[in-house]
Amino acid sequence: MIKFRSRFEGSWADPKTMHILPTGEWRFQRPLTKAEKCCQCGWCYIFCPTGCIENRGTYFGANLDYCKGCSICAQVCPVAAIRMVREEG
Amino acid sequence: MAYGATLCRPDVIAAFPITPATSVLEYLYRFSAEGLLDAEMIEAEGENSALSAVMGASAAGARTFTATSSMGLAFMFDAYLAVSGSRLPVVMPLAMREQPMPLTLAAGTSDAFTVKDGGWIQIYVESCQEILDSIIMAYRLAEDKDILLPVNICYLGFYLSYLSQRVEIPAQKEVDAFLAPLKKMQRVKLCLEEPLTFPAEIAPADPVFAEYRYKHCAAMERAKQKWDEIDREFEAAFGRSYGGQIEEYRTEDAEIILLTMESTTGTARVVVDSKRDEGLKVGLIKIRMFRPFPRQRLIEALSCKKAIGVIDRHVCFGWNCGQCFVELKTLLSDLEAPVPLVGFIDGMGGADITKEHIERAVGIIDAAAQGKRVKETAWLALE
Repeated sequence: MIKFRSRFEGSWADPKTMHILPTGEWRFQRPLTKAEKCCQCGWCYIFCPTGCIENRGTYFGANLDYCKGCSICAQVCPVAAIRMVREEG
Repeated sequence: MAYGATLCRPDVIAAFPITPATSVLEYLYRFSAEGLLDAEMIEAEGENSALSAVMGASAAGARTFTATSSMGLAFMFDAYLAVSGSRLPVVMPLAMREQPMPLTLAAGTSDAFTVKDGGWIQIYVESCQEILDSIIMAYRLAEDKDILLPVNICYLGFYLSYLSQRVEIPAQKEVDAFLAPLKKMQRVKLCLEEPLTFPAEIAPADPVFAEYRYKHCAAMERAKQKWDEIDREFEAAFGRSYGGQIEEYRTEDAEIILLTMESTTGTARVVVDSKRDEGLKVGLIKIRMFRPFPRQRLIEALSCKKAIGVIDRHVCFGWNCGQCFVELKTLLSDLEAPVPLVGFIDGMGGADITKEHIERAVGIIDAAAQGKRVKETAWLALE
């Protein structure tokens, strides 16, 4: 008797299950958000491919356990509050 | 075929031209320009992009369409696997053309057979009318909630793609009515109401990977009977039937059987008729649904026969014969009594499978039925 664990027929998943593999080690650059400039529009949150942007009250920031440093958040930010900084040291 | 696609009202079409599938694209763009087709037309820069765009659109719930051939199919191969693994109901006709090398702009079935285990449903069709009708039936099958699998409608390029053949084009409202049951069936898709991750990555050693493959195979199994049912529904609605998974022609009292696929069947019918006139009890089976393989229907159709022969228009490099031959050889173990099976290879690189070739093949099958020793595989064009 086979018991299915997934409710899907194919390779779909509930979004929360994305954060199983920590992909932060792949980064060579990280996003830094200037909290004063962040207008909390949520665009970085929507566009982040790994869904690692968190709402931290006064600004939105990346969860570095899952951030791959793709810089999409920096590119879509309408107020240029995010800059990419090289991982060094 | 462009008419068939237009009647089904696809939402998104992304394609890249390749001989002999190009004419479909040209007609679709013309229909779009003339206002007959209301679809998002995406000019992809290559077949890989075309199928990837179609995959994304299908994941968002759109009805999609694209067409290709030979190297184009090879170029989109990673997307080809991704579409079936994601269980997206894409309908993609293949204008079958020989794969390189050697390079040739000629008909052959090797492109479709190379991807036979990519997880798509494969239907092989004989005539222009059957292409049109099969596209309509393909959407009905692909988008059915019990199936959710992509479908290839495979037809012989150059023979059918550049052929002028009179077809009956069903009325739009009749096609709408035929596909109407699909409107009530919901499928998983990307939307704001229920955000999902797609495609999902599976962690190593997670048994859910096997679970997805299991479900895929189960859907393939269901597709067989569903295809027969859809064929009956189509006959009731439009008056034309193709037999479902296989078509049996004069097989009831036949002692020997010839199996063919796609357009080869047309010539084979003529040969079977003339051989019957000579008193030979020969029957013809046309395999339409090749993936999933019509196991149960063939077991029934091939029972109590004295010999079986199959003509393949391509090679199986593993067994020095054709792919259909290999599959039928496997099927032999399902039959109650052992039956001699003979294979024929012909018609590659755009060469004609002539009446004379098929007559020779039938003669060899007959010899096998009488217990004479025959070669397992005969290359009809070379011998």
